[in-house]
Amino acid sequence: MSINKIWVVVEPADAGITTTSLELLTKARDLASTVEAVTWGTNTAANAAVIGEYGASTVHDVGDLGSALPGAPVAAAIAGAIAAGNGPDAILIPTSYDGRDIAGRLSARCDLPVLTNITDLVGGDKLSTRHPVFGGTQIVSAEFTGQGPGIFVVRAKSFAAESAGGAAASVAPLSVGDLGNTNASAIVNRHVEERTGPKLDEAEVVVSGGRGLGEKENYALIEQLSKLLNGAAGASRAIVDAGWVPYSHQVGQTGKTVKPTVYLACGISGATQHMVGMKGAKNIIAVNKDQDAPIFSVCDLGIVGDVHKVLPALIEELSKR
Amino acid sequence: MNIVVCVKQIPDPAAPQSLEAGSHTLDRSGKLILDDSDAYGVEMALQLAEQAGGGEVTLVSMAPNGETAGLRTALAMGAAKAILVSDDALKGSDALGTAKVLAAAIGRVGADLIIAATESSDGYTGTTPVQVAELLGLPSITFAKSVAIDGGTVKVDRQTEAGYDEVTSPLPAVVTVTAGVVEPRYPSFKGIMAAKSKPIETLSVADLGLDGGQVGAAGGRQVITSVDEAEARNAGEIVVDEGDGAQRIVTFLENLKVI
Repeated sequence: MSINKIWVVVEPADAGITTTSLELLTKARDLASTVEAVTWGTNTAANAAVIGEYGASTVHDVGDLGSALPGAPVAAAIAGAIAAGNGPDAILIPTSYDGRDIAGRLSARCDLPVLTNITDLVGGDKLSTRHPVFGGTQIVSAEFTGQGPGIFVVRAKSFAAESAGGAAASVAPLSVGDLGNTNASAIVNRHVEERTGPKLDEAEVVVSGGRGLGEKENYALIEQLSKLLNGAAGASRAIVDAGWVPYSHQVGQTGKTVKPTVYLACGISGATQHMVGMKGAKNIIAVNKDQDAPIFSVCDLGIVGDVHKVLPALIEELSKR
Repeated sequence: MNIVVCVKQIPDPAAPQSLEAGSHTLDRSGKLILDDSDAYGVEMALQLAEQAGGGEVTLVSMAPNGETAGLRTALAMGAAKAILVSDDALKGSDALGTAKVLAAAIGRVGADLIIAATESSDGYTGTTPVQVAELLGLPSITFAKSVAIDGGTVKVDRQTEAGYDEVTSPLPAVVTVTAGVVEPRYPSFKGIMAAKSKPIETLSVADLGLDGGQVGAAGGRQVITSVDEAEARNAGEIVVDEGDGAQRIVTFLENLKVI
């Protein structure tokens, strides 16, 4: 089975489409001669321009989902196309809240296996996937062995997003079919949390705190420091699990992947779970009192010291500027 | 209010991990423990059952070698009983194969609500709960940061990129919880003693009426072709703070022209 046609699940965002969707459209152009998109929402006509610019010839539009979560209807629409023999050879899906729902539903509905946490794809007769394991110290390569299409769920920032200068994609409706009770959940209200400064996964500087901060109140040091550096505040899983900060701050396997110019890890030991999310930073600075902490094996500058002394001194110094 | 919690028993994440030669799957031959991620779901289920004024919390798990150590931990927290599916035929199962097993086991119990973690801490595929929902024909709400029951409806605050959405679903439904959704209790001594005599039903693939070809390595239809060392980062400069730590960071940032 050679790979001729790839579908990319393109997630609509408040304005346009998500960055990861652009990254996957870009990569898909390397892997197949025909790239098409699957999307939903009320802005597809407008989004077809950027979807086409990044290389898709056609965008299959599931349409307005109303208050429904995307997982069930989008998966059912793709499954319908596959069942009718109109499916692609591979489906690329962003690792995101809704992307994983779509992948899981599609996999079960079509009885197709799924590969997730992909950070690279290598083309050929079959797509070969790359997955970092054990904190990114080893890379597993995998491939599907059965009938396709393969379902590939790819992590953010695995590829650069580059325009192909293409014309707007043509929009083709994709019908959903019967959903039974699977579509019964409904969004009744949306809450946007106030955020000052850049987004965690887009910031040039990320300052993250971990268990070494000692107590929840000390996370204020991380927030002050990230603000002074015009960066974003991140967190290890340990302090998210402990309820110090919301999940949206989490950097790591289960959280965000970040690739900033500078990553400053404060009181973070460097559990494998965390390393996968930040090892791609261009420069890593670590402050930790344990000189044997694994984070020191990946950092460019390591300060073996007490975050309760180093951070206030750093804040004072930066505040003068 | 009968709640099923899907729990995974995993190799201790704090201990060295390795892949088995040949299959390249995670070595699960040693002692297994309750995945920390699942303690939140167990706690959430216990609180929801208490608030509903009755009903049972049942654990459903799939593990090799009849492993029950992690289940005993969750039973000690307060779950009433457990179903363990353990069968050599399950070795090498992928997320979908696991979902088929869990869905079949859940089907035997009958549940108003099924709770799972968003993903396990060892394999972290992150699709199994939604695959279970699809196989059972149920609605699902993933990434819950709070869960409440109101009559026949589950109300969830679901994590989003921008903040969170309030999402509702009629029961029965599948809900996945993020860490921190509730503070898991520590098992009491009394709980630990009581857990020793709580029922764990152990089932095989055949007991569930599943075909062996659907599960295990054969059912996975995917293969790990190689495992390679990742490119290592060059070790940087490590210095002990002598009161100059902050200044060193400032200099480093200046050299990068970040400040």
